This record gives sequence, C-alpha cells and structure tokens, in this order.
Amino acid sequence: MNIRKYLVLLAVMCFGSIGDALLSRGMKQLGAIDLHHWQEIIRPIGNPWVLVGILCLTVFFASYLTALSFADLSYVLPATALGYVLVTMIAKFVFHENVSVLRWLGVLLISCGVGWVTRGPALTERRRESVPMQEEQHEIA
Amino acid sequence: MKSLELWLAIAVMVLASSGGDVLTSSAMKRIGDLGELRARKGVLAVIGTIFTERHFLLALCCFTVGFFSLLTALSWGDLSLVAPASASLTFIVSAFMAKYFLKEDVDQRRWISAVLVCVGVVLLAM
Repeated sequence: MNIRKYLVLLAVMCFGSIGDALLSRGMKQLGAIDLHHWQEIIRPIGNPWVLVGILCLTVFFASYLTALSFADLSYVLPATALGYVLVTMIAKFVFHENVSVLRWLGVLLISCGVGWVTRGPALTERRRESVPMQEEQHEIA
Repeated sequence: MKSLELWLAIAVMVLASSGGDVLTSSAMKRIGDLGELRARKGVLAVIGTIFTERHFLLALCCFTVGFFSLLTALSWGDLSLVAPASASLTFIVSAFMAKYFLKEDVDQRRWISAVLVCVGVVLLAM
C-alpha cells in the first residue's frame, strides 16, 4: 500500500458518504415515491441535489473500481467504514436529523466491528492463494 | 406499514449491492491493477477493458437495482438509518457471498465483526 492507494480509499469513503447525503436531500424535497406509479422513480433524476449526488457517486464508483483492482473486497469494504461516521455527522449537523444516543452507540459498534476485521491477516493469505477466475483466464490465454 | 416497505427496500438493496460487489471484485481481479494498466495503455484502454468484462456488466445490473432501491428507501426513511443499515448489512451479506462465491477465508475474527455490525444495525433502527 502506498499513498496513492490510501487516497483512493479515502475518495471511496468521502464521495460515497457525500453522494448519499446529497441524494437524501434531493429525495426529501421530492417526497415519498408512490409504488402504484412506477414512472415516478425516474423523476428524481431532474432534481439538482440528486444530480450532484449522482456525480459524487460516479466518482465514488470509479475510486471503488480502482480500489478493488489492487485490494480484496474483504479489505476495501471495512477500510471505507469511517463513511458511517461521516454520514451520521452530515445527517446530524447539516440536515439536522435526530440522531439518538442509541444510534450513536450503533455507529460505534459498527466501527468496532469494522476496526476488528481490518486487523485480520486474511488479505495477505488470500492473495497467496490462486484465484479460480485468474486460472480460467490463463487457460483461455 | 411504511416501516415494512422501508425494510423491504433495504433488503432488496442489500442483496443487489452485495451481488454487485462480489461480481465487481471478481471482474477487477481478472483485469488487474487499474493504475498499472492506465500507465501502460492509457485511460481509454482501462475503460474499454472494464466495460467489456462480463462480470462487470452483470454487476452493473445489480447496482442499478440497488441504486433505485436506495432512492426509494431514502424517500421513506432518514439518511442516518438507511445509509448505515444498508451499508452494514451489505458488509455482512458480502462476507457470506465472498466466502461462498469468491472462496475467501472468512475466519472467526470476521464472524465476530459481523455480529458487532448486526447489533450496531439493530441499535441504529431503534
């Protein structure tokens, strides 16, 4: 892991959280979607908050693909876990949503779980094993 | 009733996202380090390689379903519930799928983490 790769992981975390927050803002403006009118599901795309949210999530997705190209799925998902904390901060201090003590405790437990798993050695061990997909590709080549 | 619909939307999103994660991971492992590929062949080659990868295209279908489920869930519930709940559950379901489809070594440490995350999600929903 070098600085570039850590920056990619940071981009995954930040743009994912900010994108979700912007989508939430836009969807709250538009109100609830009625399941009996499925065409309404396309309507949010015209909302500026949703549009910028989609842009952020596009950057998130590009960073996510890059991260998955040099790290395991089981590493990338936990490594971006601080996004939970960021989302809760945005919800509380930007959108002024009610975040109870129990929810804060939930965020803390999730962070502990994610912190615990990232200390495990599974990434290195898995990389030493052969990946079935790669073997298949080599056979084709 | 709205609560049941909200959790149904979250469940659909979790299953679709986890399936997409596993397929994307598989696709990216087949392609290799995108940074190195970009240095060797350029950005266009990277984009071309990604968008012709079969597993990636399947992953896009899963993510599309997940995205619209997220939009629906966000219109019914608070961000501080929907985002952590769906993301955490996705982490657990992805661990299951990674074990059985990607043959990852999910050890005791990972299951303990999964329980911690589950309890965290329950607390978030209270």
